[in-house]
Amino acid sequence: MKIGVFICHCGENIGRTVDCVRVAKACSFFPNVVHSVEYKYMCSDPGQNMIKQAIKDLKLDGVVVGSCSPHMHEKTFRKAVSDAGVNPFLCEIANLREHVSWVHDDKEVATDKAIDLMRFAVEKVKRNAPLKTIQVPVTKRTLVIGGGIAGIQAALDVANAGYEVVLVEKEPSIGGHMSQLSETFPTLDCSQCILTPRMVEVYQHPKIKLMTYSEVEKVEGFIGNFKVTIRKKARFVDDTLCSGCGDCAIKCPIKKKALSEFDEKLAFRSAIYVPFPQAVPNIPVIDKEVCTYFKNGKCSMCVKVCGRNAIKFDQQDEFISEDIGAIIVATGYKLYTIDKKPEASEIKGYGEYGYGKYKDVVDGLQFERIASASGPTSGEFQRPSDGKTPKKIVFIQCVGSRDESKGFSYCSKICCMYTAKHAMLYKHKVHDGEAYVFYMDIRAGGKMYEEFVRRAIEEDGVKYIRGRVSRIYEEDGKYIVKGEDTLAGVPIQIDADMVVLATAMVAQTDAPKLAQTIGMPYDNYGFYSEVHPKLRPVESSTGGVFLAGACNSPRDIPDSVAMASAAAAKALVLFGSDMLEREPTIAFVNENLCAGCFYCKKVCAYNAIEVKQIKDKNGNVIKEVAFVNSGLCQGCGTCNATCPSKAIELIGYTDEQIYAEIAALM
Amino acid sequence: MQIGYYPGCSLSGTAKEYGKSVRAIFKQLDVELADVTDWSCCGATSGHVTSHKLAMALSARNLALAEKQGLKEIFAPCAACFGRLAVTKQELKNSPALKEEIEGIIEDKLNNTIEIINIIQLFQKIGKEKIAEKKVLDLKNLKAACYYGCLLVRPFNILHFDDAEQPTSFEELVKSTGAEVVEWNYKLECCGAAHSLPRKDIVVDLSKKILDDAMKHGANVLVVACPMCHSNLDMRQKNIIKANPGQKEIPVLYLSELIGLCLGLDNKQLGINLHTIDFNIRLKKNVEEEVAK
Repeated sequence: MKIGVFICHCGENIGRTVDCVRVAKACSFFPNVVHSVEYKYMCSDPGQNMIKQAIKDLKLDGVVVGSCSPHMHEKTFRKAVSDAGVNPFLCEIANLREHVSWVHDDKEVATDKAIDLMRFAVEKVKRNAPLKTIQVPVTKRTLVIGGGIAGIQAALDVANAGYEVVLVEKEPSIGGHMSQLSETFPTLDCSQCILTPRMVEVYQHPKIKLMTYSEVEKVEGFIGNFKVTIRKKARFVDDTLCSGCGDCAIKCPIKKKALSEFDEKLAFRSAIYVPFPQAVPNIPVIDKEVCTYFKNGKCSMCVKVCGRNAIKFDQQDEFISEDIGAIIVATGYKLYTIDKKPEASEIKGYGEYGYGKYKDVVDGLQFERIASASGPTSGEFQRPSDGKTPKKIVFIQCVGSRDESKGFSYCSKICCMYTAKHAMLYKHKVHDGEAYVFYMDIRAGGKMYEEFVRRAIEEDGVKYIRGRVSRIYEEDGKYIVKGEDTLAGVPIQIDADMVVLATAMVAQTDAPKLAQTIGMPYDNYGFYSEVHPKLRPVESSTGGVFLAGACNSPRDIPDSVAMASAAAAKALVLFGSDMLEREPTIAFVNENLCAGCFYCKKVCAYNAIEVKQIKDKNGNVIKEVAFVNSGLCQGCGTCNATCPSKAIELIGYTDEQIYAEIAALM
Repeated sequence: MQIGYYPGCSLSGTAKEYGKSVRAIFKQLDVELADVTDWSCCGATSGHVTSHKLAMALSARNLALAEKQGLKEIFAPCAACFGRLAVTKQELKNSPALKEEIEGIIEDKLNNTIEIINIIQLFQKIGKEKIAEKKVLDLKNLKAACYYGCLLVRPFNILHFDDAEQPTSFEELVKSTGAEVVEWNYKLECCGAAHSLPRKDIVVDLSKKILDDAMKHGANVLVVACPMCHSNLDMRQKNIIKANPGQKEIPVLYLSELIGLCLGLDNKQLGINLHTIDFNIRLKKNVEEEVAK
């Protein structure tokens, strides 16, 4: 083998602490190295040409580049090598920047270490085999999970590009939290007015198959080739017969038993219901828990009034299987409920604010419903306890956010803005009302955001107090809010008529369950993890799974929509070719050595290990061995390290290659 | 049932009636209190403001003594003692180095396995059924404001007992005597605590707010479980009345005394006669009427 060595100075990044000339010189004495040079910017055009030229002139069949991290430029150099006619997998990178120059000061020692790392890489490349990328076919259909604004946007973008979409929403209607909002910041346009046309567009789009009141049950397969099972929950209403007239809901005798989820428990709904009049699809569902028919069979009012015989009490859950190429997850968020019974024992709640105890202490979404024209008070500001117009409202920000001891350490990002909006909407309708906002910092980064908050303070006279609230209690129909004004350095007490808590945005309760179903990572908070927070923000590390909206971290509408379009673009990139290329560095099982213990199956994070039966010529199973699904394997090497019989190798990183590297260092 | 008992200094001093009533009622409820032999100060107030290690060492000594006696649990009726013992246990558990140092100071070894419980937890252990079984009087004429004070449920991270901001266990227990409990706002506010001596004015101000809020919400008796709270709310009530003409009196009972009344014990047996604000005049009569019926 004839190996060429190329040392990069990375401007001054490597050159300042590593004597690149000495490294190149030392490398020229390594066995099989026939060419060893250094250059200021190896990744540049002239640098790449140096490599290509050397390959041609000297007939090199192995290349080692000493440069920055392979994360940065491995692809660049492999492409250059490939352009010159050598298999790209015969090019290795030694990381002389992150592993050497950036972490050492002593030039002498750093240079010695650089030489060691080069020797290490040369030994590896000697044992490299030419590899071919893996080709897999692509099913050009997208599954979008979640029908909030992010899911709607992603579905429309993919569908408008001409590809089929299956949109799954667990609630009876699409629309998500955005459909509950009154006005939206920073423009104050009506949330429903901008959202409902999109909902209708989804419903009528020929390329979108909408499945509401449905949940993803099972996901099998891999990028480009998923097989997804969807549970279509029984609505007890035949959606092919129902005309959406609404007579059933009007006549349903259950009026005061079930609290409306859409109105955040501030109003009642019937047992057969559509969540809100603009719901899409406008087809009701029956809540089995409260329906008299399901309790004792004594009522069937809805059956009597339905002119189309659409009520079907005997309807069962259906399971529908779909072939899918890309999955866009847009399952959104929920608000941190600081009720007396916290969901997780490690969360201590905010008993001192009396949420759940006092009716007029509400959270942000409840206030949205009160402010909304479609809400229980038709947009009139009335407090829940007695319907009186509140003359003094206290808003408390960061309830659960930025509070490690009681909630979460992260910032929920949207509360500064929606609190300013809430206070503003209130002042616009109740002119003599007073609005106070307790805040820690105002975080109004975003287009027209800071201006919006200033407008609330300066034009609408909302009073901002920097400080925390220690306690709220009721006295003579007033809520005594005790806190601190940290700018004035004095304790402060406000006798409010109503209190609004900007509680933290948290992951959906069943977020981890869905992540496990799909087989994708999530963080400690239950938010789905992206591959790289800056450069790959909408991709999950599971191939073919993309993220949109607040399921990834707290996000406002503009960001969610942008992210949804980005996720749609990623899905479309996948559909750009009929076959999919994947890195060949995946696990490989030596079936002769495999003892069939399947420890590898247990440790594999990507469900890539399958059971393969080996049969004799008569068709009898003689043994079961592990088999690596090349579509799913991410080449992490966990199975390789776990296998007790050393039957699994990672192609491109075989034991022989690794041991040679280690031996080179000793 | 036998349980380790750490009375603490107050129960033979300013809170003599608390000590008396605790012994009387648990005897009635078939609980044997096994005193920690040769117990000393728990390290509260003057102890822990003087030196952190002094406070730790004092509590650790008591825990070590209790271990030697073979006790598995210690009941500490005083909220301050309860807090000190529990905090010491936790801090020594968190830091093996500190534990070793403290063991050097007290010249003794500590397994640090003893459970420390307060009076409400002890009643929860005994069970409401037992109280119901031994109940002689129904206290339904009492409208009780249950005052937790600052220490009974804090620090939450260590005690893991009830909700630190909206606790309810005290009320649940008082309801079992037949007394009505009032919903009020000051059940966790500060009474002024040890300022009672150097800054009486602060205690008068803070404790007045507590008494006022209880009465405003319809209480005719305050129930407490801490000697310090009791001295500020009962003993200092005369000072409050003096400083605020027209201020009404409200009797302040220890939880043990309230349970004692329900078990049929009299004022003298429970030490209620030792209070500054008389309980007799206001309510005993009603209770007797109930018996007569």
